Amino acid sequence: MKTSLSWLREYVELPADLSATRLDEALTNLGMEVESIVDQAATIRGDLVVGRVLTIEELTGFKKPIRFCTVDVGRDAPQEIVCGARNFAEGDLVVTILPGGELPGGFTIGARKTYGRNSHGMICSSAELGLSGDHDGIIVLPAGSATPGVDARPVVGLDEILVEVEITPDRGYEMSVRGIARELATHFGVPFTDPAAAQAAPATPDAPYAVTIEDTVGCDRFSARVVRGIDPAAPSPAWMQRRLIASGIRAISLPVDITNYLMLEFGQPMHVFDLQRLSGGLLVRRAHPGEKLTTLDGVARVLDAEDMVICDETGPISLAAVMGGETSEWQQGTVDVLLEAAHWDPVMVGRTARRHKLFSEAAKRWERGVDPQLTLAALERAVAILIEHAGGTADERVLDIDHVVAPAAITLPAEAPAQLIGLPYTSAKVAELLTAVGCAVTGVEVLEVVPPSWRPDLQAPVDLIEEVARLGGYNEIPSLLPRAVASNGLTPGQRRRRSIGRAMAENGYVEVLSYPFVAPGTADQLGLPVDDPRRSAVRLTNPLSEEEPLLRTTLLGPLLGTLKRNLGRGRRDVALYETGTVFLPHLSAGTPPALGVDRRPTDEEWAQANAIVPEQPWHLAAVLAGDIEPAGWWGAGRAAGWADAIEAARTALSAAGVPAVRVTVRAAEQAPWHPGRCAAILVGDTVIGYAGELHPAVLSALDLPKRTSAMEIDLDVLPDAPVVDAPYISTFPPALIDVALVLDRAVPAGEVQTALAEGAGELLESVALFDVYESEQLGEGKRSLAYKLTFRAPDRTLTSEETITARDAAVAVTASRFGAVLRGA
Amino acid sequence: MSYRNDPYDPKQAVLLAPEALEAAVADAEKAFAQAADLDALAALKSAHLGDRSQISLARREIGSLPPAAKSDAGKRVNIARQAVQAAYDARLAELEADQAARVLLEERVDVTLPVARRPRGARHPMTTLMEHMSDIFIGMGYDIIDGPQLELEWANFDALNIGPDNPVRGASDTFFVDVPGLVMRTHTSPGQVRTMLDRQPPIYVVSPGRVYRTDELDATHSPVFHQIEGLVIDEGITMAHLRGTLDHFAKAMFGADAKTRWRPHYFPFTEPSGEFDVWFAEHRDGPRWVEWGGCGMVNPRVLVACGIDPEKYSGFAFGMGVDRTLMFRNGVSDMRDMVEGDVRFTTNFGMEA
Repeated sequence: MKTSLSWLREYVELPADLSATRLDEALTNLGMEVESIVDQAATIRGDLVVGRVLTIEELTGFKKPIRFCTVDVGRDAPQEIVCGARNFAEGDLVVTILPGGELPGGFTIGARKTYGRNSHGMICSSAELGLSGDHDGIIVLPAGSATPGVDARPVVGLDEILVEVEITPDRGYEMSVRGIARELATHFGVPFTDPAAAQAAPATPDAPYAVTIEDTVGCDRFSARVVRGIDPAAPSPAWMQRRLIASGIRAISLPVDITNYLMLEFGQPMHVFDLQRLSGGLLVRRAHPGEKLTTLDGVARVLDAEDMVICDETGPISLAAVMGGETSEWQQGTVDVLLEAAHWDPVMVGRTARRHKLFSEAAKRWERGVDPQLTLAALERAVAILIEHAGGTADERVLDIDHVVAPAAITLPAEAPAQLIGLPYTSAKVAELLTAVGCAVTGVEVLEVVPPSWRPDLQAPVDLIEEVARLGGYNEIPSLLPRAVASNGLTPGQRRRRSIGRAMAENGYVEVLSYPFVAPGTADQLGLPVDDPRRSAVRLTNPLSEEEPLLRTTLLGPLLGTLKRNLGRGRRDVALYETGTVFLPHLSAGTPPALGVDRRPTDEEWAQANAIVPEQPWHLAAVLAGDIEPAGWWGAGRAAGWADAIEAARTALSAAGVPAVRVTVRAAEQAPWHPGRCAAILVGDTVIGYAGELHPAVLSALDLPKRTSAMEIDLDVLPDAPVVDAPYISTFPPALIDVALVLDRAVPAGEVQTALAEGAGELLESVALFDVYESEQLGEGKRSLAYKLTFRAPDRTLTSEETITARDAAVAVTASRFGAVLRGA
Repeated sequence: MSYRNDPYDPKQAVLLAPEALEAAVADAEKAFAQAADLDALAALKSAHLGDRSQISLARREIGSLPPAAKSDAGKRVNIARQAVQAAYDARLAELEADQAARVLLEERVDVTLPVARRPRGARHPMTTLMEHMSDIFIGMGYDIIDGPQLELEWANFDALNIGPDNPVRGASDTFFVDVPGLVMRTHTSPGQVRTMLDRQPPIYVVSPGRVYRTDELDATHSPVFHQIEGLVIDEGITMAHLRGTLDHFAKAMFGADAKTRWRPHYFPFTEPSGEFDVWFAEHRDGPRWVEWGGCGMVNPRVLVACGIDPEKYSGFAFGMGVDRTLMFRNGVSDMRDMVEGDVRFTTNFGMEA
């Protein structure tokens, strides 16, 4: 909503010295968002004066006609000014900016030599002054309207303070000078004059035009008056045009300008029909589905059964409340007009506006709520202005079809505002504040409050409490902490995500937060088999990019994209991780029950509704390319590979408090990993994810470096971190013994180690693989795995016999399970 | 055997002469002093302290002395011997100390060489800021709640008094999916709806997390961003409690000078509603009020839809953008930096933003 301070001052007696800062504060504390307060006079600096053109000398020999003028600007000598415009004559009054002045946009005026003459200033056009105007050329003021030398700002309307505020959707009444003036009057405690309070002609038994309302829900009031024989050429008065332009509305013609002016002033949108272009009586009804109407903007629209239309005998002539039609609207030359002021259902208008994407100034007001008691006052004023400026005769008959339901009284316990706001508002104070916004208040302990017609938003006690808090001042409310309650702390899942994040970062991975949107082709790029459940993704119906309409089912797609972006920006060694949710749709999702808001859904309804919500488990993924350990003065670097990806998974599990003994790593084949370099990661018997080097075909499809590795695990299936038992720390010495086992190369080292540990018994403290060796001597397809076994007893120093017995038991298990042979035995 | 009867034979005992012993000591001291290193000293040891040294030979001559002279000669030899040994020990200690010092000198390294053989990574500042905020609320007695990001439309809108005709429910604000009844949550409040359905008051929770709106990515907008929203439902909760909570949180986040300022506003799920600014003294363009979030008293309609008796309980809710907070607090000037995942951005923040 844009308006000017002078317009507001017509209806509210604001302090004469009101500063922009105080006005801003007042509007803000009333709940309006101040977009701008602009003092137009300050947009032009220096001397902007009225001048009278004394002489004009046409200069020739240039590409365009140029005039060298002398201008009386009220100084001793005439001002010499070179000017390119031609729409003025000697003796005309013009607007002149003198050297030293500055126009909007920082355009400084100086004395300069141009076209071979000295020019001391500039004769200005509307555009140069920052005034929107449709006229070309410089401003020529009406003869005798000002004296040369006086400040030109007030003469051209550059003395306004423009105010632009954003109105919240619940306060339609503030979308008018009337509404804002009333609010400011309340805030400053100064008198307010209601522009709509003037006596208006009431409905007459005979209507000036036949109108039938078929749907009084969609249209609960319809008022109209007729004026005949106006001068179609009569222009809108300058003051009206200036105010319209200041409010961002184009001046069109007197009848149309009047309706726009009153919409701004009263908040009542109106419509002007050309009486001679109407055929037969008007009918206000819902549109027939598929009915067509060409609106004023030239768009042929197909109507919906919820839209309201005004029809004459020819069919729909106006899309009610939103936009008129081409065939009935005022046009150049209209002499007989029907002025309409109605009241429409806000829900209907909102839907129609959205359906047809027609967010007109009228629609914005209807949707937020318009005072239904304005129609006659607005028509009275419109008729008066029209006749004053365009002549014509008003039909004495007044149409007013009124089905408006009066606002219901709200019962408000007088102590309720104090209880919710936390300030001791008395019953009298509550009544005073509510009365100030136009409510009729009775009662003391329990208040009966009837809201004014312009406040359809006031429906429940809490709506009234908000008014008390707002007018009493939000910033008066004290600051008080609630009494402390007991927190449960982080959930195990939350604590786990934090620990994992820290561990990953400490181990060299950089966290990223990727968008979860993926392209349908990503599944192919990742080489997911046709029956892979990760191919079943939720699809956005209105994605920002049609190329990425799916929600991720694996973190890897977006994460590899981020990896690629980093590589593309010149980074060679990149290790990234992400913790985030994936979206796994329920394939058999049914239709959820319709849940109301007048009660809590039953547990059963709630469970049914949630059955359609996809599983959204938290995953952790990491990707690596380049060196995990950089080369440096210490020597060569180490390339990241499959082993690092597996280590990353182990690091995360360790941080999550999963004991190492519960974690198993085993060979697996899973897209998008290299089938020979992919590990399934298990906790207990559950596969929680995969890690390893990515499939060469995937790397090729994604254009990523060779050997790029990755891991992804599901954090939600991890067991809660157990309470860990303390170990017994033996102070007796350890017995160390190495074993080298010759095995088939295909036997996984992880399983060999498990077997050793099983066979070694309770004396085993640790087992560690320290060498992997292959040679011709060992034989085709064989390899040697060398382990260091550490034995220790809790209560004694082990004898060498005991140690060797334990070792032999360990080796025996590997021999029986895998055919292992003790090397060198 | 005649010498046995010879009471004194000066020729035979020449090495025991006091002058000879003194000379032997002086020789040894001089030689040790000239030993340049431990090897040279070791090489000199047998010559001055060994069996064939002057003093050892002199000791042998004692036997040839008459009994009356033996004791005296023995004493002198011992004194000389101790003197040589002391000279040796002193020089040995000296040379050992020299060598230890030399080794330390030789082993000197340039400790300013880079040592990051396995560079550390970093956590995203959005994550650490959300954790920081969450921790403050835990300290105030709140629980932290998560909730689905792909959410029931009812929980995201209807239950929060955002009716079917509210424009934010349109496709120009909200992401819809091919499962009717679901939306990408536009705020973290549906998580609070779930909390209210799950438990009765007192409820003190905050829900940090990702939210979605159909804004194209630019310097100040992102279709995916982060909020932290709080909800308190208890007996006797007033706007003063809301203010106290926001003020305390602001101070915990931004220091003792921080405070909040409110403006009336409209939200469907709260009434009265407000927007609030925070006084941020550390702003890079100087201390100022910064728009921070929205707040209000939970609308009774929301309580009814979630099964909480509005006659018995009241409550407040508030929410602020984490991205926005990160932008003004840490001077991030472009939203895209927080979104693109460039390691240079995140690494800058290390483990805490």
